[in-house]
Amino acid sequence: MYTPRLPRLEAFAAWRDAARALASNDVAADRVVWAMEEETPGLFGEGAPLPPAREMTVPKDFVPLARLVCANSAAGAHDLLYRVLLRCRSNARLLGNRADAEVQQLEAWAKHVRRDMHKMKAFVRFREVTPPGANRRQFLSWFEPEHRIEELTAGFFARRFADMDWVIVTPEVTVRFKNEELSLEAGTNAKLDLSDATEELWLTYYANTFNPARVKIKAMQSEMPKKYWKNLPEAALIPDMIAQAEARVRQMQENAPTLPPLRAERITARLRADTLKR
Amino acid sequence: MNLQEKLAVLSDAAKYDASCASSGTTRRNSAGGKGLGSTEGSGICHAYTPDGRCISLLKILMTNFCIYDCAYCINRVSSQVQRARFTVEEVVHLTTEFYRRNYIEGLFLSSGIIKSPDDTMADMVRIARELREVHHFRGYIHLKTIPDASPELIEQAGLLADRLSMNVELPTDAGLQAYAPEKNAGEIRRAMGRVHERKQAAKERTHTGRRADKFAPAGQSTQLIVGADGASDATILNSSTRLYSNYKLKRVYYSAFSPIPDSTAALPLIKPPLIREHRLYQADWLLRFYGYEAEEIASATTGGMLDLEIDPKLAWALANRHLFPVDINRAGKDMLLRVPGFGTKSVGRILSARRSGALGYGDLTRIGALVNKAKPFIVTRDWSPGSMTDAANLRARFAPKPQQLSLL
Repeated sequence: MYTPRLPRLEAFAAWRDAARALASNDVAADRVVWAMEEETPGLFGEGAPLPPAREMTVPKDFVPLARLVCANSAAGAHDLLYRVLLRCRSNARLLGNRADAEVQQLEAWAKHVRRDMHKMKAFVRFREVTPPGANRRQFLSWFEPEHRIEELTAGFFARRFADMDWVIVTPEVTVRFKNEELSLEAGTNAKLDLSDATEELWLTYYANTFNPARVKIKAMQSEMPKKYWKNLPEAALIPDMIAQAEARVRQMQENAPTLPPLRAERITARLRADTLKR
Repeated sequence: MNLQEKLAVLSDAAKYDASCASSGTTRRNSAGGKGLGSTEGSGICHAYTPDGRCISLLKILMTNFCIYDCAYCINRVSSQVQRARFTVEEVVHLTTEFYRRNYIEGLFLSSGIIKSPDDTMADMVRIARELREVHHFRGYIHLKTIPDASPELIEQAGLLADRLSMNVELPTDAGLQAYAPEKNAGEIRRAMGRVHERKQAAKERTHTGRRADKFAPAGQSTQLIVGADGASDATILNSSTRLYSNYKLKRVYYSAFSPIPDSTAALPLIKPPLIREHRLYQADWLLRFYGYEAEEIASATTGGMLDLEIDPKLAWALANRHLFPVDINRAGKDMLLRVPGFGTKSVGRILSARRSGALGYGDLTRIGALVNKAKPFIVTRDWSPGSMTDAANLRARFAPKPQQLSLL
């Protein structure tokens, strides 16, 4: 029995190395039990040392898919990935067949990871924590991803926010960007409670860009599920915005049209005269 | 008025513009140099409000003072709405500080017309220039261009912004004449044509072989208001087709006419026709990604109006049942795209998966197609709809159940 264990950071590289060693020696999927390092060893304890890897090739779609599936926190993700790797070796077209139940499962897991990554890029909220006298501005964020996606999104934040220092803290990882150097560190973190003066302006914007005449709560929640709300400052406004919407629209409809301001008539007359001249 | 009060007025005034896209521009980032921001192909929606619309850009007006008198608009000269005006510095401050906190992808700047179209456009260009050249802002900028502004100003706007847009607002020239008398449909079309030509020119190399500077790399878009004038859906879709083909617009947005504060007697307030708006977007998708012609969609309408109870693709299939059922293991891509319940992704997956063997009913479910909807219109390895395709009550299978009458 083999029991490769994957570290919290660089799990994909570790999975790939172990999978290459095992698959290139034709080790069947039911002789391998994959686990994360922090999990307590199961029934099979430490398992046998891995055999030396031999050269092997995989279809080119496999690696990007594997990188995503490896980050999925679902139980069994690493096992299925290995099973499909073995099947790919005799069927180069396998990954193109979404009607295959195992391929479909991997694609679904990859999709969950992509979605979580996308939501992290969207819903991280930075708060400014620049101390007086600092030569670069400093920002801090707390985010709770569903999957192990910190490494997959770190580059995005580094490319986007290159002229400031920032830290994103998640329950299991700290991502740091300081003086244009990116570093990640695994370790348990407690939730941070943060706020920022500019948030007041953001809340003003959020409340005023809402159109009370077209309430579509389901559409909002399918894209911004409630599980993310606790770390979004603007989400606290939502219940009141919904509660008042109907009355606001009724008010607009009941208000009689007002008389135009005096200047309106003058401006319109002048404009229309100009148009006639043209 | 302080900044927060101005922001309240000028974001409230801007929200009737449906566009919020921030995708499809050139890839840029700020790594390894000075500057702030990036664009990486797909846009990001940073928040959603309870109206179901996303917040991707800081969508504000530079000012809501306006000399035009468009009946549907909250900012028309004859409205008593509170007025405000941002300074250049204030817009730059809001954009960069919101951006640094990861609230937004960039700025969507629009404006009421003050003094003259040229004065207004010049101020908007100044804001974009300040962001790009002083603050090295690499995020997304969408500028609403004013059709009557001089070509030189629109030239500068296109070199600074990712997207330019001009709103047609009313689907017919007569509608525009009636409700937006200061606007000129011909002038809007000429301006769109100039932007389109300028974009084409930017694709060519200069005589020295250098690539020309990018001009509005994310293209141009427009908006049509639905339900303010009497234009039918068929008329609206015809307008869209012309806009897409003549000016290569990236998007036509449809905005259900929505109650505004301090409305005019000329346009009574209605409940915004949200389902109609939704059906128009579906039809628009059929035009752009599914190979339908506007006339085909119109042929399955009643008096030019889309069926509100079922989607336009299903309506077309029901009206053209002689073309179904389609054998999913043999049909070409064009016909697969016409099967209700198959999206472009499902069709791609079917084409790819059937190379590994004939597909059955269960395979379609795994592939992600809406099989219940497709069922009457397809044949698979193990399924044939029999008389279902031509059944008289087929529409009733899909339409929502009629509301039961209640006793008085």
